[in-house]
Amino acid sequence: MNAPTVNGGGSVAIQPPADTAARAVKVDIRKVDFFYGANKALKDISLPLHENEVTAFIGPSGCGKSTLLRVLNRMYDLYPNQRAEGEVLLDGENILSAKQDANLLRSKVGMVFQKPTPFPMTIFENIAFGIRLYDKPSKSELEGRVEDALRGAALWNEVKDKLHTSGLGLSGGQQQRLCIARTVAIQPEVILFDEPCSALDPISTAKVEELIDELSAKYTIAIVTHNMQQAARVSQYTAFMYLGELIEYGPTNKLFTTPSDKKTQDYITGRFG
Amino acid sequence: MASLYHSRKRRNAIAMGLCVGATGIGLAWLFVILSTLLWNGAGGINLAVFTQMTPPPNVHGGGLLNAIVGSLIMTTIGIAIGAPIGLFAGTYMAEYGRYEKLTTVTRFINDILLSAPSIIIGLFIYGAVVVPMHGFSGIAGALALAVIVIPVVVRTTENMLLLVPQQLREAATGLGLPRSVVVQKVAYKAAKTGLITGLLLAVARISGETAPLLFTALSNQFWSIDLTREIANLPVTINNFINNPDPNWKRLAWAGALIITFAVLALNIAARAIGSRSATK
Repeated sequence: MNAPTVNGGGSVAIQPPADTAARAVKVDIRKVDFFYGANKALKDISLPLHENEVTAFIGPSGCGKSTLLRVLNRMYDLYPNQRAEGEVLLDGENILSAKQDANLLRSKVGMVFQKPTPFPMTIFENIAFGIRLYDKPSKSELEGRVEDALRGAALWNEVKDKLHTSGLGLSGGQQQRLCIARTVAIQPEVILFDEPCSALDPISTAKVEELIDELSAKYTIAIVTHNMQQAARVSQYTAFMYLGELIEYGPTNKLFTTPSDKKTQDYITGRFG
Repeated sequence: MASLYHSRKRRNAIAMGLCVGATGIGLAWLFVILSTLLWNGAGGINLAVFTQMTPPPNVHGGGLLNAIVGSLIMTTIGIAIGAPIGLFAGTYMAEYGRYEKLTTVTRFINDILLSAPSIIIGLFIYGAVVVPMHGFSGIAGALALAVIVIPVVVRTTENMLLLVPQQLREAATGLGLPRSVVVQKVAYKAAKTGLITGLLLAVARISGETAPLLFTALSNQFWSIDLTREIANLPVTINNFINNPDPNWKRLAWAGALIITFAVLALNIAARAIGSRSATK
């Protein structure tokens, strides 16, 4: 892993999406509505998530971007009175259908949360825990996979000598990378980041951003962020949401330089939000 | 400005004084109780207390062995029956049925049970077990204790699990873990200290209960560990002995009270030690 370079908060420049047409659609969100009881929080959302690309969701608080993320791994299933309508196709299969096993879906669509949430166990166990649920690897194989996951999250060098101490003893930024390692360890296909840096300092933020960029080589990534510079730095596509509606979606460089909607322009120039 | 500041400072001093005073009064009573117990009970403690049976009136010597063993047996069975039921019910309420009507109803009834006088529970077991079995028995005593344990454990289990941040559950669920694994490996683990404390609180609560045993296990002057018959136990023995003019009985009653108190105290300290060790690990 390279040491993170901090220049103005991040090292990833705005990149135009390379061969846009060549990238397959991994997740296809089609006409999704979402309800908290009688309150409609998402209105007719349709957009694709392209394979091995980062799609950023921006918009003011309460616009529904986190809600949309929680639809993609059916996290809302945990709560009564929350329901989604429409279709979300993951590799062509509708994950909102009743036939879809939610736990199986979540093993394919991992999630990293706003606040770091290490489990109350050792660093090693935090990662081995999820692996053991799907596999019965030998001890050495398990150790190898834990190491791979920690390397993948750029955390190995910092924790290799204290794998068997509590994950709660790490700093906030390290805890967040532990959570990323935990997610990567079960080999998902899509990773959802829900404001992963909002509780982190600038240096940790830069590390996590760089990590997201590296992870996009292997995974399809969706990230919700309040930080527009972050969206510009890490994503190839950006979706701007407002009051539960998708206002604009497109390649990140286009959305930030020549937005086609007045609301998008007002938001990215800081006139509201 | 300055006068506002001074009056606020004065009010702060008054409130602080009241808090310190209240703490002092609370601690003073505890100190008085413990020192009374030590004063009256310490002299009665000797090896015979732990090795000999309860004596007949107006003799010298004797001990509390049968009562100590009877109490241990009934407390253990009471916890063994009551704790799992309480743990499972509390888990249902906090983890599975958090938004269900059944949980609200159960919580309400549980609170009533929690504050029910223990003599009512004794009478209930008397009617439900002692009368049909045609006699007082150790098992009836253990059941009465179990009924007291259940609401205590339900309450602490639910409360402790509700303190586990929902984010932790979501994080575990997000890995694709089924609900049962999330509960066992994440929620229980995060709430472990609280759950153990709840269990020990239940032990402490039943080790001093007299009324429910009076109607169920009664007491026994002789050695008996037959659960189908009357069985000796510390609280009822203390109750019988302290009301008697025989100075030997009075001495043993105080010794028994001291033993219960210190056993509970030792349990609490052990719980703290376990809790602080797992917190720093």
